[in-house]
Amino acid sequence: MDKNRFDMGNIDAAWCPGCGNFTIWDILKEALEELDIAPERLVLVSGIGQAAKMPHYVRAHVFNGLHGRALSPATAVKAANPGLLVIAESGDGDMYGEGGNHFLHTIRRNPDITNIVHNNMVYGLTKGQASPTSETGFTTPVQVDGVTGEPFNPLAVAVAENASFVARAFTGHPEQMKEILKAAMRHRGYALVDIFQPCVSFNRVNTFQWFKKNTYPLEEGHDRGNRLEAFRRAIEKDPYPLGIFYVREGVPSFEEGLPPYERNKLPLYRRDGDGKKLGALIEAKRAN
Amino acid sequence: MKKQGDFSIVLCGEAGQGIQTVEQILTRILKKSGYHIFGTKEYMSRVRGGTNSTLIRVSSAPVAAPVDRIDLLVSLDDKALKHLEKRISSGTVIIGDPAVVRLEGRKGVFYPVPLASMAEEAGGALFGNTIAAGVVAGLFDVTRDDLDDFIGGFFKGMDEAVVEKNRLAAEKGFEAGKELARSGKVFVPVEKSPRAAGDILMSGADAVGIGALAGGCDFLSAYPMSPATAVMVFLAQHAHEFEIVVEQTEDEIAAINMALGAWYAGARAMVSTSGGGFALMEEGVSLAGMHESPLVIHLAQRPGPATGLPTRTEQGDLNLALYAGHGEFPRCIYAPGTLEEAVLVTCRAFNTADRYQVPVFVLTDQYFMDSYYNIPDLPMEGNRAVRHLVKTDRSYRRYAFAEDGVSPRGVPGFGEGLVVADSDEHDEEGHITEDLDLRVRMVDKRLSKAKGLRREALPPLFHGEESCETLFVGWGSTDGIIREALRSLGNKGWSYLHFHQVYPLPSITAAYLKKAGTIVSIEGNATGQFASLLEKETGVPVKERILKYNGLPFTVEELARRIGKVLGEEG
Repeated sequence: MDKNRFDMGNIDAAWCPGCGNFTIWDILKEALEELDIAPERLVLVSGIGQAAKMPHYVRAHVFNGLHGRALSPATAVKAANPGLLVIAESGDGDMYGEGGNHFLHTIRRNPDITNIVHNNMVYGLTKGQASPTSETGFTTPVQVDGVTGEPFNPLAVAVAENASFVARAFTGHPEQMKEILKAAMRHRGYALVDIFQPCVSFNRVNTFQWFKKNTYPLEEGHDRGNRLEAFRRAIEKDPYPLGIFYVREGVPSFEEGLPPYERNKLPLYRRDGDGKKLGALIEAKRAN
Repeated sequence: MKKQGDFSIVLCGEAGQGIQTVEQILTRILKKSGYHIFGTKEYMSRVRGGTNSTLIRVSSAPVAAPVDRIDLLVSLDDKALKHLEKRISSGTVIIGDPAVVRLEGRKGVFYPVPLASMAEEAGGALFGNTIAAGVVAGLFDVTRDDLDDFIGGFFKGMDEAVVEKNRLAAEKGFEAGKELARSGKVFVPVEKSPRAAGDILMSGADAVGIGALAGGCDFLSAYPMSPATAVMVFLAQHAHEFEIVVEQTEDEIAAINMALGAWYAGARAMVSTSGGGFALMEEGVSLAGMHESPLVIHLAQRPGPATGLPTRTEQGDLNLALYAGHGEFPRCIYAPGTLEEAVLVTCRAFNTADRYQVPVFVLTDQYFMDSYYNIPDLPMEGNRAVRHLVKTDRSYRRYAFAEDGVSPRGVPGFGEGLVVADSDEHDEEGHITEDLDLRVRMVDKRLSKAKGLRREALPPLFHGEESCETLFVGWGSTDGIIREALRSLGNKGWSYLHFHQVYPLPSITAAYLKKAGTIVSIEGNATGQFASLLEKETGVPVKERILKYNGLPFTVEELARRIGKVLGEEG
């Protein structure tokens, strides 16, 4: 790949050779470059895990926070300065497990952020336990008899919550992934991009070849505005469809409706309170 | 026994009977008419039923503490007398509907007022509370015109017929009250004070909210929890006027992580919670420590552990605030004792947080949140936001080593630099490191901020004898109660030190303690958490502890008794 403005130079990435994260890394930087985003306007927010290290490898502002909590600060960053492009990026354990409650409620809130989730159906950094998206029967050193529960379906949940943008990509189809990421970043409102990626160290079942065989692109004519159809496609598996499942345009985003921006578009850091108003409020307490 | 210049009214009834309306009407009209007032309440964790009571002290001089003594009890149901049995004396005048209130051999003088039938005449049972308010107002030097005007204003916005019925109800009550006063059955020994009418009347929750506004708060993320919710409501009510983001989050974890994201992007954010909710926030406190992020935490205490007594008071979470969060990092804890202090320290919390890039606590409690009184003025000159953001350039490093440990704080979009905040141990730029020498330098850098925090710590307020033979020590919401209790004992050789900053302690603390003969800590908890902190920080033993942890605040009489006992033993 040609060097671009988001390259950090010599990075010793903490990922295993052959990890799907490398493809997402390259494609994300290309997508940002093609959208002509200034690094000074980009904030990458992440939690903890292998995927959550991504912000450290991209030239941008970084908020690397707590495990499972990326969506809350990402929402707040956008609310404090709507002029920034905000991406919340982490793995399936972080976003759907530890951060599951925030996932549900961030979709409802609909901040204008892009939520990228690296989904390899296993825990990597803690070395191979089941994740919320692990398939039933998947065995690990902890789930010795295999996962008994139903895998979490982020797309179906997002559609059920009437999310404003819902998509799935796969590192085996980088061009499609790039187009999806660009569409997600251009979209106004919350955008979920769940990305299938193989974990070469801890998932011997859902390998690159397995994903290749078990996925196919949504057909050209798929109606992205049809929620029922989107839900039907979101619960399809073996093979799993890839692409943009559902989009709602023109839905007001969380930050747009906040009181600070009713009359004034300035980010919060550029404001200074109005002492007179406070004085009047205190004086009004004399009439109490 | 009646006390000259001070009259204590207790309103008692079920939740849902409208005690709060009576309380609001009475405190406002009495203050407006020129009386000093203090109000506080104790209530059960339920929306209907049970027994709740509100205390209103009406006084010739400023008051800011609850008393046990009841001069007038307005009983709205049949359970009130039992609930307040221990506090009813032979001097207590009891007013209530004879159909529901039975003295049953208890002390007190009962004057029946047929509240129910009067309410029916005014338009229905709904108006019983307005009648009760009218009765009490009638006992004081309040004019009928003032009452009419006030009721009109109070119910403004409601249906005109409802306003009229309330006015009629208030007048009916007022006449009954006047009759009690005229006949000499009830005598209120309180002079008006010309000043009080124009005073500011507000609650502890209002004061914390005003302090936050003064400190430039423009972002509040919170999950509702008694008794902290009042501050969230206050800021939400003023969100449009003051351009504030007020977000009710899915849980406290989201609340604190949002607040950190907000500060990171240049907002001045606060969370408001109580013990249980704060326990969920602890990892976020630790993140503030590692990110070196400013953060303001309003922690309104209530009795724990777990759900404890959800609507009652305690000073039991000092240790929680002191030690919350894994890892070692500096912090600052304020604990206001008066309304003025609440404005001061909440405003200051934002400035300290911004200046030192640390989590800063404002510790209050249910008693403080729900108490209100009148104050003459609220000078705001010193209470304003001081901002410490820098414009970044391309060489910007978020964690650049600095003399006092404080690296200049930039925000995304302000300048050309990149702002990298990391929860892992990091280098000066903010990127992950496992360079263990650098780790040590970073820990030292973060901890070195404690020096500045201590240097700027608010000194405690000293009252009484310079000799400090017997030094009473209090912190936070107990201040008004301790001062009145000590005053009531006269000059008995006491000294008193009130802390509105409890951590880090200002260096003068040790000097006071070392000079003292006996040190007595007064705290609303079971173990004397502040006494232990004083011992740990100064090496001076705090031998005596006057503690209370039944869910209620100290009262003046109770504290005077317990202090008197200590002084007696010492003397």
